[in-house]
Amino acid sequence: MIHSLFLINHSGDIFLEKHWKSVISRSVCDYFFEAKEKAAEPENVAPVLQTPHHYLITIYRGKLFFLSVVQTEAPPLFVIEFLHRVADIFQDYFGECSESVIKDNVVTVYELLEEMLDNGFPLATESNVLKEMIRPPTILRSVVNTLTGTWSNVGDTLPTGQLSNIPWRRAGVKYTNNEAYFDVIEEIDAIVDKSGTTVCAEIQGVIEACVRLTGMPDLTLSFMNPRLLDDVSFHPCVRFKRWESERALSFIPPDGNFTLMNYHVSSQNLVALPVYVKQSISFFDSGPCGRLDITVGPKQTMGKTVEALMVTIHMPKAVLSANLTATQGSYTYDLATKVLVWDIGKLNPQKLPNLKGSLSLQAGAPKPEDNPSLNIDLKIQQMAISGLKVSRLEMFGEKYKPFKGVKYLTKAGKFQVRT
Amino acid sequence: MSASSAFNEEKGGSSSVGEPEYGHDPASGGIFSSDYKRHDDLKEMLDSNKDSLKLEAMKRIVAMIARGKNASDLFPAVVKNVACKNIEVKKLVYVYLVRYAEEQQDLALLSISTFQRGLKDPNQLIRASALRVLSSIRVTIIVPIMMLAIKEAASDMSPYVRKTAAHAIPKLYSLDPEQKDQLIEVIEKLLADKTTLVAGSVVMAFEEVCPERIDLIHKNYRKLCNLLIDVEEWGQVVIINMLTRYARTQFLNPNMNGSDKTFYGSDEDEDEEEEEKEKKAEAPMAKRKPYVMDPDHRLLLRNTKPLLQSRNAAVVMAVAQLYFHLAPKVEVGVIAKALVRLLRSHSEVQYVVLQNVATMSIKRRGMFEPYLKSFYIRSTDPTQIKVLKLEVLTNLANETNISTILREFQTYIKSMDKDFVAATIQAIGRCATNIGEVRDTCLNGLVQLLSNRDELVVAESVVVIKKLLQMQPEKHSDIIKHMAKLTDNIQVPMARASILWLIGEYCEHVPKIAPDVLRKMAKSFTNEEDIVKLQIINLAAKLYLTNSKQTKLLTQYVLNLAKYDQNYDIRDRARFIRQLIVPTEKSGALSKYAKKLFLALKPAPVLESPFKDRDHFQLGSLSHLLNAKAGGYQELPDWPEAAPDPSVRNVEVKDSVRAVGTVTCRDRERWKGARVCSRTRANPPQERKHQRKSDQQKSDSESESDEESDSESSQSESDDSDSEADDPVCNNRKHKCIDSSLVLCLQNISPCSALKSYELLHRIRGEGLSVEYCFSRQPFSPDGNMVAVQMQFTNNATSEAKNLHMEDVKLQSGMRVKEFPEIELLPAGETATAVMGIDFCDSTQAANFQLCTHTRKFFVSIQPPVGELMRPVFLTENEFKKEQGELISVTCRPPTPFLSDSRFNSIRFILFCIAQNRKLQICLRGLYSLYTYDILGPETHHRHRKNSPKNEKTLPRGKKGKKP
Repeated sequence: MIHSLFLINHSGDIFLEKHWKSVISRSVCDYFFEAKEKAAEPENVAPVLQTPHHYLITIYRGKLFFLSVVQTEAPPLFVIEFLHRVADIFQDYFGECSESVIKDNVVTVYELLEEMLDNGFPLATESNVLKEMIRPPTILRSVVNTLTGTWSNVGDTLPTGQLSNIPWRRAGVKYTNNEAYFDVIEEIDAIVDKSGTTVCAEIQGVIEACVRLTGMPDLTLSFMNPRLLDDVSFHPCVRFKRWESERALSFIPPDGNFTLMNYHVSSQNLVALPVYVKQSISFFDSGPCGRLDITVGPKQTMGKTVEALMVTIHMPKAVLSANLTATQGSYTYDLATKVLVWDIGKLNPQKLPNLKGSLSLQAGAPKPEDNPSLNIDLKIQQMAISGLKVSRLEMFGEKYKPFKGVKYLTKAGKFQVRT
Repeated sequence: MSASSAFNEEKGGSSSVGEPEYGHDPASGGIFSSDYKRHDDLKEMLDSNKDSLKLEAMKRIVAMIARGKNASDLFPAVVKNVACKNIEVKKLVYVYLVRYAEEQQDLALLSISTFQRGLKDPNQLIRASALRVLSSIRVTIIVPIMMLAIKEAASDMSPYVRKTAAHAIPKLYSLDPEQKDQLIEVIEKLLADKTTLVAGSVVMAFEEVCPERIDLIHKNYRKLCNLLIDVEEWGQVVIINMLTRYARTQFLNPNMNGSDKTFYGSDEDEDEEEEEKEKKAEAPMAKRKPYVMDPDHRLLLRNTKPLLQSRNAAVVMAVAQLYFHLAPKVEVGVIAKALVRLLRSHSEVQYVVLQNVATMSIKRRGMFEPYLKSFYIRSTDPTQIKVLKLEVLTNLANETNISTILREFQTYIKSMDKDFVAATIQAIGRCATNIGEVRDTCLNGLVQLLSNRDELVVAESVVVIKKLLQMQPEKHSDIIKHMAKLTDNIQVPMARASILWLIGEYCEHVPKIAPDVLRKMAKSFTNEEDIVKLQIINLAAKLYLTNSKQTKLLTQYVLNLAKYDQNYDIRDRARFIRQLIVPTEKSGALSKYAKKLFLALKPAPVLESPFKDRDHFQLGSLSHLLNAKAGGYQELPDWPEAAPDPSVRNVEVKDSVRAVGTVTCRDRERWKGARVCSRTRANPPQERKHQRKSDQQKSDSESESDEESDSESSQSESDDSDSEADDPVCNNRKHKCIDSSLVLCLQNISPCSALKSYELLHRIRGEGLSVEYCFSRQPFSPDGNMVAVQMQFTNNATSEAKNLHMEDVKLQSGMRVKEFPEIELLPAGETATAVMGIDFCDSTQAANFQLCTHTRKFFVSIQPPVGELMRPVFLTENEFKKEQGELISVTCRPPTPFLSDSRFNSIRFILFCIAQNRKLQICLRGLYSLYTYDILGPETHHRHRKNSPKNEKTLPRGKKGKKP
C-alpha cells in the first residue's frame, strides 16, 4: 500500500525519507512541489496528487508535509489516517512533531517507521505496543546512554499487546498513585450572521482521559444525561454493546493519556451561545480609510466567566494598517498576513470590552467589497455548554481505590461571526 | 580473521566501484574526501568488538539513509554484524539490509543463513523479524528459501509469526509472480486462520495476489464477518472493502424490486416530492416483493454497522461505502451521521469525505438533507474544501431549502477568495437550472454581479448567464444587450467567447447591436485568444446569414484575417464557413441549408455535477477520488441476476460461527463481573465444538483458564457457554502471560479429564453420515504400540450407508495404522462403533485417509493431542530424581529436525512445567534432546505450577516399559 514516505519542511526540503518497498527516487516529490507552488497556502495543496506512475498522498501537520507515495489502488483515507497516526506517535514520543525534533531523534523515528509498517501495510500503530518495542527517549536514559552506551532502546520480546485482544494496554502496569482523570471538553462551532442571528451552531465534545492505574482495571463511566449525545465515536477499548444497551462507557483503559470518545450534541437542541458580538466594519468610498467598531458581551454563561477571549479578523488585502483603541486587552495587526488579533482575556459583564478605530487602506486601491469575518476564541472553565454531566466512575477488577476526577471545559471551536 | 580479511578485500573492491554520495545532495559534492574518511571510521567502528561502537556507527549510518544519502559502500562492513548479539544493532543492520540488499545481491546472500537460523528461534519476535527481513530484501535468488520460510511460518504456533507470513506473501509475489499458485495455497491456509491478528493481513495478501479468487472467501465469509469487530482497524478497512466486492458477486440487489427505477433513475433534478412518494410506495412493495435478503448479506450489514462508531476515519468510510453499495435504500441513511462527523477531522480527511459525500448526495439526496448546515462554509476553510462543500450544497438543493441555500450563497459571493466565488457562481447557475422557480431570481442576482469590480467574478457570471439564457432567450433581450456592452471591458477569453456566442445565437433579439459588436471584434481580431477568434467567425457567419446587407464586408474581412491565422483550427474553420455561407459556383447543395445548420434551435445545456456517475467506482477508493482507474483497482461488479448458490458459504457447523447476534469480543464481557450478560449465545453446542476443534489444532493461541479447561468436558454443554471459552482469540486474558498451548497440553495430559470426542466428518459434509472419534485410552490389543481410536458412525441420512471402510492412508514415515473392520451396512438413523489403531510414532502428525461408503469418499484426518499419546505412570520421589538426573546429563542441543517448529514448542512447554514441579518426568522415546534443552533453559512461566498434575508420570501411550 504505502510505498515510501518523505518528510518535507515548510520551505520544501526533504529531510527524511523511508521506503518500505524498493527505493523511489525523491524526484517524485517534484510534482508535489509544483502543486505547492501553485497553491497560495499550504492547506490548499490537494491531499491526493496523480503523477504518471505514482500517487502522492500528503498531509500537512505542524508545518511539516508528510508525503507518502502509493503505486496502486489504496483507500486514500487509509493512508491519510495512517500518516496522522504517525504524526501522533511522534508527538507522543518526543512531545512535539517538528522538524528539529525529528532530526534529533532520527534513529528512533526510523525504527518507529520500520515497526509501524511492513511492506506498506500497518503492523503496529498502538502507542503502547510501540513503546515496549522502542523505548521513547528520556533524559535519564540519554544520560546513561552517553555514559555507558549500553542501555538498549529496543525491546527483545514481542510486546504482550500485539497478541492480545486489547493491544492498547500493556501488561504489568504499576503505579504508586492510582489515578483516573477525565476532561470533558466541548467546542462550539457556530456561524452568526451580520444581524446577530445564529445561522448554525453545534457542539462537538471530546472526553480526554488520563488514566494511571495499576493492573488491569475495568472502568465504567456513566452519564447523568446520556440522551444528549447524538453521535459518538469511541476509542477501540469501549464496549459498543454496553453503550447500546446501557448508555454507559465500559472499557479497559489504555495506560496514560488517550481520547476516550468524541461526541456530537444534536443540533435539534438549541445551542446557547455564550457571547454575542456587536460589530460594524465599513470602508468608505471617499478616501482610503475605513472604520471598525466591535463590542463583545456575555449572553448565556450560566454564571461562569468567559476567559481567554480573543477575536481574530482576516482583513482584506487592501488594509494597510489599523489605528484602534481597545478598552480592554491589546490588539496586534500583522501587516504581512493581514490578520488583526484582539486579545481580550477575561470578559467583564459590567464593562464590556470594545475595540474601535480607523483602518487605513492602500491609496488608490478600490474599496474592498467584502467584509472580513470575525473568528472568536474563548474558554469557560467548569462548564460543559451542552449540560452533559458524568454521574460516576466505577472500577472493577482491581482492589485499590483510585483517585478520580472529572473536569469540564467549554471552548470555541469554529466560531465565526460574519459581517 | 581470515573471513574478515576477505571482507576487507571485498569492501575495498566495492567501494572503489560503488558510486559515493551522488546526486542526492549536491551540497556534499565538495566534501567527497571527508565523507570517505568518515566512512572509514564507520567501518572501523563496525569491525570493533564493542557493541557500543557498533551501535554508534549503525546509528550514524541509519541517519544517513534517512537523509537519503548513499551509504551502500558500507555494505560489507555492515552485513557482518547481522548476527550481532545486541538487539538494537541487529535491528539497525536489518534496516540497512532492507534498504541496500537489492543493490548488492551477492553480498546480501551472506546474511541469509542468519535469518534462516532466526526462523527457528524460540522467541517469536525473532522468528517474525527474521521472516520480515528475509522477505523484504528483494533478492531474486532466494525466492525458494522465502517460499519455504513463508510456508513454514504460515503454520507457526504464534499468530504474530503467521501474521508476518501473511505480510511476506505479497512481497514474494511482487518479486516473483511465478510463485502465485503456491502462494495462493498459503493464502488459503491463512484465510482459514481464526485469529483476528492474522485476518487483516491475509486479506491484504489476498487482495494483492489473487483478488479474482473470490471462491477462496466462501468458506471464510462468515468467520470474517464475525471476527471483523475485533480485527485491528487497518485490517478492518481491507476486509470491509474486500467483502463489499464479494457481496456484490454473491447476493442479490436489495433494491432490485420495486425501487429499481429510483435506484438507477434518480438524478439531481428529480423532485423531492416525487421521491417522497416513491418512498411511500416502496414500503408496501417491500412487503409483497419476493426478494428476501440472504442471511449472510444481512450478517455483513449488521456486523459492520457498529464500526461506524470507530475513531478511525478510514474504517468509517469503509463501512459507509459498504452500506452505500450493498444496503437496501431505506437503511443507507445510518451512514450520513457518521460521515458528517468526519467533517470535524483534519482537512485532508474532510477533503476525501466530502468527495464521497458529493457522489452519494447525487444518488441519495434525502440522506444528507438533515445535515445541510454542516456543509455551510467558513471563511477559514481551505479553498478545496469550500469548493467541495459547495458541490454538496448544490446537490442537496431542492424547492424547500433553496431559499436558505441561496442566502448562504449570497454571503459566499462576497468572499475574498476569488476561486471560491467563481465556484459559487457556477453553483448558483446549477441551482437555477435545476430548480425552475428560482431561475429568475438567480438570473437577476447574476446580472447584478456583472457590475462587480472583479473581472473573474464578472467573467464567471457571464459564462453562467449564457447557459441560463439559453433556456428562455426571448424574455431576456435586455440582458443580452447589457452583456453586449461588456465586450468593451471584459478581457477574460471565456467570457468574451460566451458573449459573442450569445449575440450570434440571438442576433434577432438585438438586431442593431450585433453588427456593431462584430465591427469592434473585427478590429481587435488579431489580438484575441483562440476561443474568442472562433466565436468571432461564428458570429460573423450567423450575421451574414441573417443580415447580409450590413455585414457582408465585415464577414469577408474576418474570414480573410482568419485565413492567415497561425492556428490551423481557425484557418480550417474559416475555410469551411466560407464554403458554406458564401454561395459560389462550386459550392454544392449544402449552402442552401446553411441557415438551418447555423441557426438551428439548440438544446439548453444541462449543468451537471462533476460527481455524477462517479459511483461506478467503489466509493472511498483512490480511483473514485481521482475519477480515473488507479493501478490495481478492482472493479465493483454489478449485482448478479440470480443469486449464486448460497450453500458455498456453509461450513462444517463446528467451524461456523452462526449468523446469530453480533457478539463481539469487546462486548463479550469476558472481564470479571459481567459474565451474565454474555449468556445470549444462541447455539452454545456448536460454539463449543468450534472451540474444541481449535484445541485440537493447537494452532490458535487461545487461553483458557485452568479451572475451565480441567472441568471443561465434565460441565454440561449448556452451562459452559461462558464467553471465555468460546472466544477463539482471547489470548492473554487477565494479562497473565498464560501461554495457551501450555494449558492445552496440560489439559490433555491430565488423566482426570474425561474422554473427549472429536469430529471426523460432519453430517453436512458427509451427506448425512457423521463420524466422531475419541481416544479411548485403552490398550489396543492387536499392537501395543498403537493408540486406540474409537470411532462412532451415525447415519443421519434417509437412506442406508453401505460398505464403510478406509482407503488410501497417507502417513508420515514411521507411522502405522491398523484399519477398522469394514461396516457392511448402516441403516438410516442407526449408530455403529469401530476401533482402529494408529501408531503416531510419538509425533503429533495427522493421519490422513479416505473414509469410503459405497457411493462417496471423504478425505479425513486424525490428529492426536499430545496428551493422548501419553499415559500416566506413578513414581516415587527417588525414582523420579534418578530419572531426572539422567536427563539433565544430556547436553543442550537445538531441536531435532524432524519436528516442525510449532510442535516442538508445545512439547517444550509441557516439559517445562514438569521441570518446575520436580515431581514429574516425561519419557518420550527419541525426544531427549528436547527435554534437556528446556530443563536447562531459563523460562518464566512459574505461575502455572499448580496446573500440572501431581505425582504422575506420563509415558507414551502404548509404549509400556520402554524406558530410555
